[in-house]
Amino acid sequence: MESCNCIEPQWPAEELLMKYQYISDFFIALAYFSIPLELIYFVKKSAVFPYRWVLVQFGAFIVLCGATHLINLWTFGMHSRTVAVVMTTAKVLTAAVSCATALMLVHIIPDLLSVKTRELFLKNKAAELDREMGLIRTQEETGRHVRMLTHEIRSTLDRHTILKTTLVELGRTLALEECALWMPTRTGLELQLSYTLRQQNPVGYTVPIQLPVINQVFSSNRAMKISPNSPVARLRPLSGKYMPGEVVAVRVPLLHLSNFQINDWPELSTRRYALMVLMLPSDSARQWHVHELELVEVVADQVAVALSHAAILEESMRARDLLMEQNVALDHARREAETAVRARNDFLAVMNHEMRTPMHAVIALSSLLQETELTPEQRLMVETILRSSNLLATLINDVLDLSRLEDGSLQLDLGSFDLHAVFREVLNLIKPIASVKKLPVTLNLAPDLPEYAIGDEKRLMQTILNVIGNAVKFSKEGSISITAFVAKSESLRDSRAPDFFPVPSDNHFYLRVQVKDAGQGINPPDIPKLFTKFAHTQTLATKNSRGSGLGLAICKRFVNLMEGHIWIESEGLGKGCMAIFIVKLGIPENTSESKNPFLPKANHGQTTFPGLKVLVLDDNGVSRMVTKELLVHLGCDVTTASSRDECLHVVSQDHKVVCMDVGMPDGFEAAVRLHEKFTKRHERPLIVALTGNTDKVTKENCMRVGMDGVILKPVSVDKMRSVLSELLEHRVLFEAM
Amino acid sequence: MDSVVQLQRQLVDYRAQLFNEGFLDEQFNQLQQLQDESNPDFVVEVVTLFFEDSERLLDELAKALEQQSVDYRKIDAHVHQLKGSSSSIGAQRVQKVCIGFRNFCEERNIEGCQKCLQQVKHEYSLVKTKLETLFKLEQKILAAGGSIPLPM
Repeated sequence: MESCNCIEPQWPAEELLMKYQYISDFFIALAYFSIPLELIYFVKKSAVFPYRWVLVQFGAFIVLCGATHLINLWTFGMHSRTVAVVMTTAKVLTAAVSCATALMLVHIIPDLLSVKTRELFLKNKAAELDREMGLIRTQEETGRHVRMLTHEIRSTLDRHTILKTTLVELGRTLALEECALWMPTRTGLELQLSYTLRQQNPVGYTVPIQLPVINQVFSSNRAMKISPNSPVARLRPLSGKYMPGEVVAVRVPLLHLSNFQINDWPELSTRRYALMVLMLPSDSARQWHVHELELVEVVADQVAVALSHAAILEESMRARDLLMEQNVALDHARREAETAVRARNDFLAVMNHEMRTPMHAVIALSSLLQETELTPEQRLMVETILRSSNLLATLINDVLDLSRLEDGSLQLDLGSFDLHAVFREVLNLIKPIASVKKLPVTLNLAPDLPEYAIGDEKRLMQTILNVIGNAVKFSKEGSISITAFVAKSESLRDSRAPDFFPVPSDNHFYLRVQVKDAGQGINPPDIPKLFTKFAHTQTLATKNSRGSGLGLAICKRFVNLMEGHIWIESEGLGKGCMAIFIVKLGIPENTSESKNPFLPKANHGQTTFPGLKVLVLDDNGVSRMVTKELLVHLGCDVTTASSRDECLHVVSQDHKVVCMDVGMPDGFEAAVRLHEKFTKRHERPLIVALTGNTDKVTKENCMRVGMDGVILKPVSVDKMRSVLSELLEHRVLFEAM
Repeated sequence: MDSVVQLQRQLVDYRAQLFNEGFLDEQFNQLQQLQDESNPDFVVEVVTLFFEDSERLLDELAKALEQQSVDYRKIDAHVHQLKGSSSSIGAQRVQKVCIGFRNFCEERNIEGCQKCLQQVKHEYSLVKTKLETLFKLEQKILAAGGSIPLPM
């Protein structure tokens, strides 16, 4: 045998074993080649695989192992050196790669394992989050229920609806078997079953409020579980098979209106509570969850608020109803008062005339009688009649004046008058009586007192006379002193007249008059009564308390009209008294003006109207002639007309004034026609009506047909003059009637 | 001259008497004031006119009241005229009676009207006589060369 280059196996190969090895190697190679393919395939499919390098290594390792086994196939038989070299190379490479892989796997496998733990961890976390999510969802559900409940409760302001709705909604939300509300009774000693969910008509079932379970619930604002056997929870008759569900009770504060009047929230001690009892369905094995209890507490609070709102609303509606009733009553009373005032005014107006007429007759005739021949007895009688009727006339005048004063319809007749003369006159009037009673009267007029003043002379004299008259009347002895002076600003403000604020000005001055007497005096507390109507002071000493009690009241009104103040000071009974009044009077501008008693307007009037074209319309020849002559005397150029047609025929734009007598049948008609003829205002002559009628109807008719003025007949020259000047200046004149 | 002064005094007294007795009132004074140089006979003219007017009216009134069916409205109109005229010259008493006359007219009281008519006639004739006397006195003064004293 020659030595061949082929390498022979050490021992002789056994055919069968070799065959099996051959097959196995083949399959191993196959598997080894397909595994990387599969790996690549699946990794390509998967989106993320962080270990590509590992894969490559592993792939290489497997491929090389496969290659090794594959090449091994050839080594079973005789094989050449090349095969052996290839085999060796493959083996070497395989060894290298597999060692490398082995080394690498040491790093990788912990990582891979940790992935698994992370996965586990995440799964746990997910489960936990799920649980929490469930919890939150439940809470949110609860919140929703609360909101819905609150909405339902607060959508009504009716107390019963609120409570009923609460129970219904709670029952629905929490799926309760029974829900009940116990309200405290009026006495506050018991709780009465007021509302229930299932039973329609709760029996008036009460429990005393002092039960321990109730106290426990009332002492805290949490919802508490209570025993199903407690009296407040035993609403249904218990049957044996029922295993009652859990019961929870919560307090509902009942807030009163008065609790809201203080700034901070009301104290606990004064609260009253109602009790709300909720029962889960029996035999359901349900338990009260925390969130359900919270829901119940929130609802209880909302109910309290809603109830208080309802209470406030009820209260305000009641107040409003009351106010409306009061309004109606007041309105009625006001109307009645108005009617009464109107009736009184009508009465007074009638009595004015009716009373004065006979009075006038009596006074006139008695004074006439006085002039005739009488026996001394008769004279005395007539004098008494005269005095009494004068007194009566004064009384009537006083009463009528006072009523006019009260209405505010009295106005002062302002005019210029001699102030000193007024005082002298009063003194003259009072001297006789004073001398009979032997009371000396002294008058002191300050040197700076103006001689003339502008004011209501008659009423000022009336006031002074009244005050002095009272002084004389109520004095039996002592003297009476009257002082009058101009009040300076310091003396104007008097502590006894706190709401009198005199405002001195340039053309006014304040006259202060003080009348002091040493007579009976007045009790200081009685002084305010003096100025009230019809009130007499209860002095026993006076037997001759004549007078209606109106005098001072009227004086006060007059003084007030003159923007002044009147008061009386006295130190007490028997100590005399002093009456003081201050009135505002005007200062006349110059002495010449003060001499004539007309209002200062006469200064700026025209005295003649030369060339003024006037048309006189009157159907009475005599009147026409007189009116014409009047106007001619004033310098006018007068045309006359005796009928309406003649007037319209004659009248032209040159005529500035038309005087027409409206007593004639178509006087008013003529005015209307004049308006039609002259449509433009500046072309139309001024139309003045002359009438002897003093009633309002005539005046209104004149105004209605568009007259520019009304004058009362009889017209004097001066009157016509002033009327014309006023008319031409202002284009309108309506004489006060 | 004495006679003039005497006449003047007489005039003044007579005038005062007329006023006191209520025959004339302030309106008559106004008329006298209107009389001046430009119109010296104004008062006489007016009064004469008044006389004519009143006589006419009184006749009308008498006729109207004699009718079978009395037309109160016409009567009222006439009385109104008379009232106006008399007030214009200041014949106070005539005016007063006219007021009463109108009231009766409104009430349609025929007897009252007739009584008033008599009264008016009476008053009218009185005032006419008085005024004529007054004017005669004035004429006498003027004829004697004096001037008529103005009313005070």
